[in-house]
Amino acid sequence: MQVTRRQFFKICAAGVSGSSLAVLGFSPTDALAEVRTFKLARTTETRNTCPYCSVGCGILIYSLGDKSKNAPAEIIHIEGDPDHPVNRGTLCPKGAGLLDFVQSPSRLKHPEYRAPGAKEWKRISWDEAFTRIAKLMKDDRDKNFIAKNDKGDTVNRWVSTGMLAASASSNETGYLTHKIARSLGMLAFDNQARV
Amino acid sequence: MALQSLDIKARSATTTPSPAVRGEAIKVAKLIDISKCIGCKACQVACMEWNDLRDEVGTNAGTYDNPRDLTDQSWTVMRFAEVEVQAGKLEWLIRKDGCMHCADPGCLKACPAPGAIVQYTNGIVDFHEENCIGCGYCITGCPFNIPRISKKDGKAYKCTLCSDRVAVGMEPACVKTCPTGAILFGSKDDMIHHAEGRITDLKERGYQNAGLYDPSGVGGTHVMYVLQHADQPGLYNNLPKDPHISPMVSLWKGVTKPLASFALGLAVFAGFFHYVTSGPNEVKDEEHTS
Repeated sequence: MQVTRRQFFKICAAGVSGSSLAVLGFSPTDALAEVRTFKLARTTETRNTCPYCSVGCGILIYSLGDKSKNAPAEIIHIEGDPDHPVNRGTLCPKGAGLLDFVQSPSRLKHPEYRAPGAKEWKRISWDEAFTRIAKLMKDDRDKNFIAKNDKGDTVNRWVSTGMLAASASSNETGYLTHKIARSLGMLAFDNQARV
Repeated sequence: MALQSLDIKARSATTTPSPAVRGEAIKVAKLIDISKCIGCKACQVACMEWNDLRDEVGTNAGTYDNPRDLTDQSWTVMRFAEVEVQAGKLEWLIRKDGCMHCADPGCLKACPAPGAIVQYTNGIVDFHEENCIGCGYCITGCPFNIPRISKKDGKAYKCTLCSDRVAVGMEPACVKTCPTGAILFGSKDDMIHHAEGRITDLKERGYQNAGLYDPSGVGGTHVMYVLQHADQPGLYNNLPKDPHISPMVSLWKGVTKPLASFALGLAVFAGFFHYVTSGPNEVKDEEHTS
């Protein structure tokens, strides 16, 4: 094959421009392969109990940051607690989806009051809520408390009000809740998820 | 370092050899015991939660399947089948569908984008979407019809076997959450051993054809099933009995591709030198006018 001087220059020019393009970053990229970064690496792990049913599975809540003063925590992930004797790391579909429960836009975050006959719920303060509950309880207990039965035995019953407690309580919270309800003479005492 | 996920075994459309000096990693596997599954879908929820996926709320199609099919946002789906293997004995077979992580992955073979699909030495087959060109060849190559192209970014997505969790020594999210222990994760040897125990148990309970689904047509899989009716995997929403990579993929990538590449290169080379030596075939003015 005969290559003239002019043709030789053309070949050189093509070679130089091609290699320059490669150096400028237009070369095919390396086939990098790396797994997604482990998202819990330096998050804060907090133990808690699933709020749903009475099984009371242990959960681990992972939040951003290390709890330092200027970094407010934000929950980014929840999974089962492998050290919890109840579930040993497992969670049902509801428990596995707790993150969206925590961050749900319709989550109730403060007490609300709907007056008899009213259609609207009205936001009230915790103080108002507690005061109202205590007042109504006291009124009802004063009116309906049964100290002695027909035979004259002391019974100290209060059967016109019941209490529904949370299922996700610890043993200690459950003990205190029980003490409060029973010391008032309350008999109707149940759990929100006794299923 | 048994579970180093960065030990690459194979990469799509890449001719550079993968590092091979370090010892063989322990092969991991997920074992799905269909006889223990209650179809609660905790695995689906845990998968979405961990991988930051949220599928659209779908509609009821008359079965418990929700969503109805795998999508770019749903990498695993419970498929419910009501079958009568013996007349009068209804069985509800619930199969957790998702990537099987084949030892001989058809998606990786078919993929033309360098490094878009990788296989780690621990057996996980992973998609790297930043390299994905959205051609959909992985779907053609997959004997199980698993990858899905996203309408949002035009890239292919599927189960990663939580490669990010396995890389730091944890189990996949679906495995951890399973309340009945129907999904297990560990070394492939251990999973096969565990499955043998389950199969013996099932046979004693009257499931004569119980067996392990680890199809050799794709070199074995790193997601295996314990089936009550291993002789009829089709009962489980058409699980293929003897899956193979489509012959078109091997033909195209095996023989046609190097030949075609060579022919293409030759044509370019010949064209270039023809242009340089002979120049373009220009029509001269006097010929044109005459």
